[in-house]
Amino acid sequence: MTSFDMRGPAPSPDEPEPDGPPAVETLPEGATVDLIQERADSHIDEVLDQLDTDLVGLATVKTRIREIAALLLIDRLRARFGLSASRPNLHMCFTGSPGTGKTTVAMRLAELLHRLGYLRRGHLVAVTRDDLVGQYVGHTAPKTKEVVKRAMGGVLFIDEAYYLYRTENERDYGQESIEILLQMMENDRDDIVVVLAGYRDRMDSFFASNPGMSSRIAHHIDFPDYSEEELAAIGDMMLRDAGYRLGAETVPVFREYLRRRQEQPRFANARSVRNALERARLRHAGRLLAAGDRVGIEELTTLQPEDFLGSRVFDSA
Amino acid sequence: MRITQGTFSYLPDLTDDEITAQVAYALGNGWPCSVEFTDDPHPRNVYWEMWGLPMFDLVDPAGVLQEINDCRRAYPAHYIRLNAYDAGVHQTMALSFLVQRPAEEPGFRLDREEHGDRRIRYRLHPYVLDRPAGQRYT
Ligand SMILES: Nc1ncnc2c1ncn2[C@@H]1O[C@H](COP(=O)(O)OP(=O)(O)OP(=O)(O)O)[C@@H](O)[C@H]1O
Repeated sequence: MTSFDMRGPAPSPDEPEPDGPPAVETLPEGATVDLIQERADSHIDEVLDQLDTDLVGLATVKTRIREIAALLLIDRLRARFGLSASRPNLHMCFTGSPGTGKTTVAMRLAELLHRLGYLRRGHLVAVTRDDLVGQYVGHTAPKTKEVVKRAMGGVLFIDEAYYLYRTENERDYGQESIEILLQMMENDRDDIVVVLAGYRDRMDSFFASNPGMSSRIAHHIDFPDYSEEELAAIGDMMLRDAGYRLGAETVPVFREYLRRRQEQPRFANARSVRNALERARLRHAGRLLAAGDRVGIEELTTLQPEDFLGSRVFDSA
Repeated sequence: MRITQGTFSYLPDLTDDEITAQVAYALGNGWPCSVEFTDDPHPRNVYWEMWGLPMFDLVDPAGVLQEINDCRRAYPAHYIRLNAYDAGVHQTMALSFLVQRPAEEPGFRLDREEHGDRRIRYRLHPYVLDRPAGQRYT
């Protein structure tokens, strides 16, 4: 039987791939490259500067990210000279209390790696145990794989990763998820960067019981808790972004609020600040409406001491 | 006989790079992709086996390629196709093409069936269907 052959002339098989990077020739030994130009071309400074301006404090974290960026930029240049072409291991672990900016930094990191050409897309997929681990036998593997596929080309951010491993139950499905992640961290290194996040001490014991995971993590970055000054500065920044400000008498009250809140359970650093400001805005709006006066820009933007003093944090006094 | 089915079927088989570019195009349009396979080449066989579930919310084609390759490993001699579904206004398959075919495709035979009043019915019969499912292209 003859085929319904209506094919036109075959296109030449060695056409360049449409999306792929242009083939770069290896530079000869005597050649030099302009570092300033290379750096400008990669546009990483925009991301690094944004990291600096968007996040208060976190000096050590910012330095580490800059170091990693420098390393990758140099690595890329070395590859152009034909030196060490293998891709560096980029999986990381971010440790620190809740609300210390781990997710935010991971987002910037994804963008950075994208600009440096280590990630094709540079998006962030943030997940927790529930997104990875199934409810019954055979449920976990497809679930984990689906999440991994969604994160391909970007960063997979696993918050509180230690919940994947339950010491008290050997047959917990979390173990299966860990094994798939381990395999993927090894085999799909070109496609995905994994960032594990959580409290320092719990992460340490997680690594102690999962040495395979520990050995696949190249960078450990610790996120310190914020000082009271930093929290206040973060609050100022959030207010500015939202178009509010603290009245002169409110500043010390807000400080006092932060001091008390820090002492309380479930303090979540910057996130607690954000929540406190949200509630202050609620009280502010309620107060203005209850008074029923005429208001101008001044009243609409200024938070007064009573907007904070209404908080439960001041109850115990 | 080389089966022609789906988009690009009159072109030479796509390379993995070409498949990747097509998947990237589909994802760029927000079309979730899925992988299906069969060893029944009859053109009326529209319901192929699903290889896993459709993949939603993917950004990058690498995940889809991985599933295609897993399916190829499990069914090295089956037909495998990639579908991209437009869940937007069109609510239909937007793109579907073969990503693997058996090395040998024996083709079809035409059966004639006599009927009353000297009528004749014609029927397309894939040679491979004479063998049990799963052993057709080995
Ligand atoms: N240094 C900072 N300056 C300004 N805003 C910050 C800073 N750190 C955190 N934030 C803000 O605090 C909020 C919480 O931060 P983020 O989600 O990154 O914390 P996290 O450490 O990932 O917390 P968790 O581990 O609980 O998810 C975000 O809205 C972020 O914008």
